[in-house]
Amino acid sequence: MNKFSDTSSSSSRRPLHRQMPDITQEKVCIQVQDFSLFYGKVPALQQVNLDIPCQRVTAFIGPSGCGKSSLIRTFNRMNDLVENASHQGRILIDGEDIHARGVDVPDLRRRVGMVFQKPNPFPKSIYENVAYGLRVQGINNKRLLDETIEWALRSAALWDETRDRLHESALELSGGQQQRLVIARTIAVKPEILLLDEPASSLDPISTLKIEELIHELKNRFTIVIVTHNMQQAARVSDYTAFMYMGEVVEFDNTERLFTNPAHKQTEDYITGRYG
Amino acid sequence: MRISKESHTSHISQRYNEELEDIRSHLLEMGGLVEKQIQDAIQSLIDGDTRLASEVRQRDKQVNRLQLELDEQCTQILARRQPAASDLRLVLAVIRATSDLERMGDEASKIARATLLLAEEGHSPRGYIEARHLGAHVRQMVQDALNAFARFDTSQALAVLREDDNVDLEYRSATRALVTFMMEDPRSISKVMNIMWVLRSLERVGDHASNLAEIVIYLVEGQDVRYTKTEKIEAAISQHTRLGTRTDEDLEG
Repeated sequence: MNKFSDTSSSSSRRPLHRQMPDITQEKVCIQVQDFSLFYGKVPALQQVNLDIPCQRVTAFIGPSGCGKSSLIRTFNRMNDLVENASHQGRILIDGEDIHARGVDVPDLRRRVGMVFQKPNPFPKSIYENVAYGLRVQGINNKRLLDETIEWALRSAALWDETRDRLHESALELSGGQQQRLVIARTIAVKPEILLLDEPASSLDPISTLKIEELIHELKNRFTIVIVTHNMQQAARVSDYTAFMYMGEVVEFDNTERLFTNPAHKQTEDYITGRYG
Repeated sequence: MRISKESHTSHISQRYNEELEDIRSHLLEMGGLVEKQIQDAIQSLIDGDTRLASEVRQRDKQVNRLQLELDEQCTQILARRQPAASDLRLVLAVIRATSDLERMGDEASKIARATLLLAEEGHSPRGYIEARHLGAHVRQMVQDALNAFARFDTSQALAVLREDDNVDLEYRSATRALVTFMMEDPRSISKVMNIMWVLRSLERVGDHASNLAEIVIYLVEGQDVRYTKTEKIEAAISQHTRLGTRTDEDLEG
């Protein structure tokens, strides 16, 4: 045995998430500070600390039930809708506590848009789907609507496929098109942050690649947070990756580093498919 | 994260464990063959054994074949498993190591050719002792580098890197001595030149052994230490061991 081969002793001395990416150059968009979340008495998140940079793609990976969806759902206060959910700690977006008294929750959800695993277009036309959020905001000017809808559909890489059938039902679109439509609907109200919860897991490989390409295009304009079970997808699309396990952030690092030389054994085991 | 040689045996997919274990043992098999090639080539030169030299020349094809097989295995793993982290580093390490081993094999083959040429043209009056010394030296480096790979042992890899400086010194002083000799006896030049090429080949084998050692450090530590001074690598690795922290910053510059 030589002095370099002792692997166990050094790891036990490490603080839990000692690997923080170098984001000193980045503008921070979402700050999670000592945040814990409970469903009843069951803790779903424990003492999470995380700085998510602006206009970058940050991916959350981890096994089922690790809390990654719970965490992104708190970013637009979706967990308010869950009975007996409670929290401790703070989440700041652009420096403001989103749980502070007087926060306008519908406005928060406009600023922080969300797309789910299953495409959920409304049973309306393609046009009306994208117009929906704008109409809720009271925008009824036809020219403004037309312009914004074209912009949103173009941004979601769906314009060319739908420009001639804007008034047909959205439900006639394919799964991949429906998901891009939902993304168009979300960005039509010009949010700052886009939360994507498993956006491609019900799609075929080609549609998945289109969504990934779209994420790449959109990151110049939005801060994107994506939850995914597909590790290759996280490796492909994200700039930063957080690995979560049992409600804690085990490791948060630059994606390139996390996938080639993770600091933590649990991360290594998860991304390489070993017994945890 | 630092890894050990057991790191590749605990995947959920048993088949994947076997594939990774396979390329590792296959590489060591190729290493063993190359080591023997170098030993036999030097031996054939010292003894003037042309039969052994011809065998070395023949066996070089086997080395090349092993490289092709290993590359194919690695390609399959990359395509089918999309390895990450230490698994990815293992596959990359094997791909890089095969190319260094194959080149060591080529150098052995060149030495064997020198044996055959010297047998045809008449023996060199000088240089055999130098070749034997340098040969023993680099053969030890190759052996140590392969052991470091087999055991995932970075301290042995570091020892190989340090040794390369000594090999370079030895090579320079041997060539200086032979050049002096040739200036005094110009009729011997063509024969002594054959030995000079042998020394050159041996020195190259030492360089490839150093590359292998760097690959071992990359595999185990996740640090790419190519084009880095040995002292800096040492400092970075010992600090890593002491503090359990990353050492990218230490390696820069």
